[in-house]
Amino acid sequence: MTQLALVIDLNVCVGCHACVTSCKEWNTSGAAGPLCDENPYGADPTGTFFNRVQTFEVGQYPNTETVHFPKSCLHCEDPPCVPVCPTGASYKRKQDGIVLVDYDKCIGCKYCTWACPYGAREIDEKQKVMKKCTLCVDRIYDTSLPEADRKPACVLACPTSARLFGDIHDSESVVSKAIRENAGYDLMPEWGTHPANHYLPRRKTHLKIHEDELERADNPLKVDGKLPKPKKSDPALDDVTSW
Amino acid sequence: MNPAFSVIFLTTLIGVGQGLFLALFSQQSFALFDLLPRQDARFYAWGSLLALVFTMTGLIASFFHLGRPERAWRSATQWRTSWLSREVIVLPAFMGILFLYGASHLSGFDPVIVIVSGGLSINASVILGGMGTIMAFALFVCTGMIYACLRFLQEWHTPLTVINFILLGSASGFMMATLYAAVYAPSQTDFFGNWAIIITMLGLLGRSASLWRNARIRPKSITQTAIGIKHPRIVQKAQGAMGGSFNTREFFHGKSKAFLQAIKAFFLLLAFVIPLVLLAVGTYSPALLGVAFILQYIGLLAERWFFFAQANHPQNLYYQNIS
Repeated sequence: MTQLALVIDLNVCVGCHACVTSCKEWNTSGAAGPLCDENPYGADPTGTFFNRVQTFEVGQYPNTETVHFPKSCLHCEDPPCVPVCPTGASYKRKQDGIVLVDYDKCIGCKYCTWACPYGAREIDEKQKVMKKCTLCVDRIYDTSLPEADRKPACVLACPTSARLFGDIHDSESVVSKAIRENAGYDLMPEWGTHPANHYLPRRKTHLKIHEDELERADNPLKVDGKLPKPKKSDPALDDVTSW
Repeated sequence: MNPAFSVIFLTTLIGVGQGLFLALFSQQSFALFDLLPRQDARFYAWGSLLALVFTMTGLIASFFHLGRPERAWRSATQWRTSWLSREVIVLPAFMGILFLYGASHLSGFDPVIVIVSGGLSINASVILGGMGTIMAFALFVCTGMIYACLRFLQEWHTPLTVINFILLGSASGFMMATLYAAVYAPSQTDFFGNWAIIITMLGLLGRSASLWRNARIRPKSITQTAIGIKHPRIVQKAQGAMGGSFNTREFFHGKSKAFLQAIKAFFLLLAFVIPLVLLAVGTYSPALLGVAFILQYIGLLAERWFFFAQANHPQNLYYQNIS
């Protein structure tokens, strides 16, 4: 069984929203029709997005960290939004685990959004159907694209490679390794939805500089003092030895 | 949640319809065993037509909730998993039986189907009434379970949700039946009125229990589990859009805490206290009962609004601050 998913590295994300714009660009231009916006240039612009980057401040000033948090459909392995759909428009694909909405069957009753604890679904206010991240299903299998481009638009757009894409059921995939080796976690584990998308936590990089890295280690008792700095005209080591 | 008036009207109106039918058929059942005088067939016929009007209005209201009402027929397909789909099937089925029940009374086509031992003859209308009773309760369960089955919405995820849908719908239906009887068959108003008092009191009990429960809910999801960072102090600084989104429109009622408190007091007063006082007066004049029904119905609208507004969706954790 394949379960395609994104792994998002919060340690690397800089919150530039490139994934948001790239997602919107790709998914508004596809065969499934536009992701409609309302008042895009007006006072109160709003629109349909598959992906949003949010920002949280963790800690108390001055010890704070800014965490940029990209949020899209997590393609749960046990998606609560699917069984509640009265029309069968919401479904989870057997072959790759992507949760999709059939826009031709959706009646826009919004019941699936009530059943999603992550707020991953947004109704298209013009087309009146429910929309959500498709993991760029119209792109990742497109054989007319070079193989390197068969990835979700957000993954390709990320300038810091904070987004990884792959099969989390394949233990040797890049995403499985990232989850395993960097303590990848899922969101709201308390509901048992088993989100396929994972997040990698913030990690602190500590640089330990020992005293002897700043001062001569071969003069531990300081008897000699620091050696005088050789003059520019003095012979260098290369001039006096033949090693 | 942001209460949708289409759903508020749907759930309250079909509740009146179901309750009114249950009231009519309980009178017929009592009459079957000669505990009450048998009424003219037209009493049941026009009563069930009235119930049909309420359920029909509710059904029409529900279409305003859909983005694509022309595809509504598709929503009957997923009855294996979806309570909403089950409701979509049971509601027309209930209306169909309601129609047949009324039609059998009105047309006089009410043949004896079986004669049980003791000489009690069971007519077609009794069989239809029994089926209608099952459907009415099935519809209450479906409507209630639509909300009760969502485990993330802890305010709704309780058997009290289903119980209260049954009790509040029946209370307003029996109130309507009392009013109907006061106009059409004054000798029966006591029967309906007494049951209306009992069910309204039970409704007050059930709703108070859910209010008591919901006031003590500890949310399972918090910002820490929502973004997976274990720090006691996390403040949202941006939600990805400044002009709002579907998520900010659908899941926030935008009213103050004081407003919610006021609505709570308002519905407790109008849906329960005032109707009970008016019924307890005991004169059962049509005008008084009309006022009691209308006030109770307004109270139940407020109750349903509060029911939705009080539910706190975990997705709101991602939408705490605009910027």
